[in-house]
Amino acid sequence: MSGPAHYLPAGLPIPVSEPDGLSAPYWAGLREGRLLVQRCDRCTSWQFGPEWICHHCHAFDLTWTEVEPAGRIFSWERVWHPSHAALKQHGPYVAVVVELPQAGSVRMVGNLLGDPQQTVVIGAEVEGVFEHHPEADPAFSLLQWRPR
Amino acid sequence: MIGIGETEYYRHGASPDPEFKLALKAILAACEDAGLDPREIDGFASYSDDRSEASRLAAALGTHRLRSATMQWGGGGGGCCAAVANAAAAIVAGLADCVVVFRSLAQGQYGRFGQAAGIHTVSGERSYLMPYGVLAPPQRFAMRVQRYMHEHGVRQEALRAIALASYHHAQANPRAVMYGKPLDAGKYDASRWIAEPFHLYDCCMENDGAAALLLVSAERASDFRHKPVYLLGAAFGSGHRAAATAHNAPLYATASFDTVAPDLYRMAGVGPSDVGVVQAYENFTGGVVMALAEHGFFKPEEANDFLTFENLIAPSGRLPLNTSGGNLAECYMHGFELVLEAVRQVRETSTNQVRRNDIAMVIGGPMVTPASNLILGSEATL
Ligand SMILES: [Zn+2]
Repeated sequence: MSGPAHYLPAGLPIPVSEPDGLSAPYWAGLREGRLLVQRCDRCTSWQFGPEWICHHCHAFDLTWTEVEPAGRIFSWERVWHPSHAALKQHGPYVAVVVELPQAGSVRMVGNLLGDPQQTVVIGAEVEGVFEHHPEADPAFSLLQWRPR
Repeated sequence: MIGIGETEYYRHGASPDPEFKLALKAILAACEDAGLDPREIDGFASYSDDRSEASRLAAALGTHRLRSATMQWGGGGGGCCAAVANAAAAIVAGLADCVVVFRSLAQGQYGRFGQAAGIHTVSGERSYLMPYGVLAPPQRFAMRVQRYMHEHGVRQEALRAIALASYHHAQANPRAVMYGKPLDAGKYDASRWIAEPFHLYDCCMENDGAAALLLVSAERASDFRHKPVYLLGAAFGSGHRAAATAHNAPLYATASFDTVAPDLYRMAGVGPSDVGVVQAYENFTGGVVMALAEHGFFKPEEANDFLTFENLIAPSGRLPLNTSGGNLAECYMHGFELVLEAVRQVRETSTNQVRRNDIAMVIGGPMVTPASNLILGSEATL
């Protein structure tokens, strides 16, 4: 069911929160087109992926804080070999690690939208694009990136 | 280290034997090599959640008693040296007298590492990766290597030299799955990309088989059939927040040995220049580059000059590497074939014997956590 609005074909694993709900605010935020990252009220450290405790000062229950979805490419890869049946006929795609300077330089992995054969430059500025999958069961949203 | 044994090594899914039977065969082969009655084994050690469980093995072998059963917690193949460390620790602590360390894999029976199948939903670490096509080890590790190459100016030729050395050594090793299947620079360059910067030949195989190693206390080591090999040092773990999820490890472009390599040298009481031969786990060649640099064999900026085919081959390259063919070309026995090869080097029984063989290193599982490593030595090094 993957339309042109989706970078990769349907059928890849669908992200959901853990049974204990640790990442539920993150995934719910993406569905609303908002990027939420944990920030510690006590020591102001940013943290991603989420955890129940601040790794810096050991305060519990960090505050989910909205962050502008923008950053720069920290690393990348162009994937050719399909490691999943859904990718068998798809061809190459680009994954990136993006660091977010406005949120303590936490990093996130996503895809770099555009020509999969494009030249990718470490350090290049990128902006986030919310990719919604309302037809999936369960429905979910991803955060993708495009050159700025 | 008094005995080593392995089954025949097979392509993944090609073993005629089930996994548990492979484990038994390797353990019996190690006992035969040592000249030890298998009933004397009183401890078992493994890693990566090996399915051949200690109590079942003890019952199947009819051991007199079971005194130690240790499973290294996490890190997959990065536990290949840690399992040996745990076995040795049990002996030194007086918990057991004779421990077998082993790994058994039948991927036809249980599925492959390199394919993500049958997963509908994911949570935790995998949820930040798999929906973006970062599914299996090649995609999980390529971005670390890419960043490392960017930070230090490492060229593709350095990765290629590691692959060429493994394949070269496999051509003299009849056990090797790639025996009779040589690789040259042209074939490497022309091979398909798996995930840039990894060509096909930068990636380990997947195989079926089993391998085993027997340990007793140093005082008893010379009572057995072969020249004894001693464990001079072992270490495992990783540095500060190496497991931070979604690629958030503070030291990202690393093989995870920033703290583990100094621990190893400290315990062994030797330094990099004392090491004559290295077996370094190749999940991917790029991880070997990082691991060797973190063990002090060269600075990252020197990788292009150090990592040449000539420097990496037996008998007398500057640092002979993966002298059985390793994970790339002997067998992906999840790194345990590397431990056995290090024993052979110290015994002087390798099919690619090196000249400087008194001190041999094994490095397990670059880029994972916990990673692990070992230094073995001959009697002369004690
Ligand atoms: Zn805090």
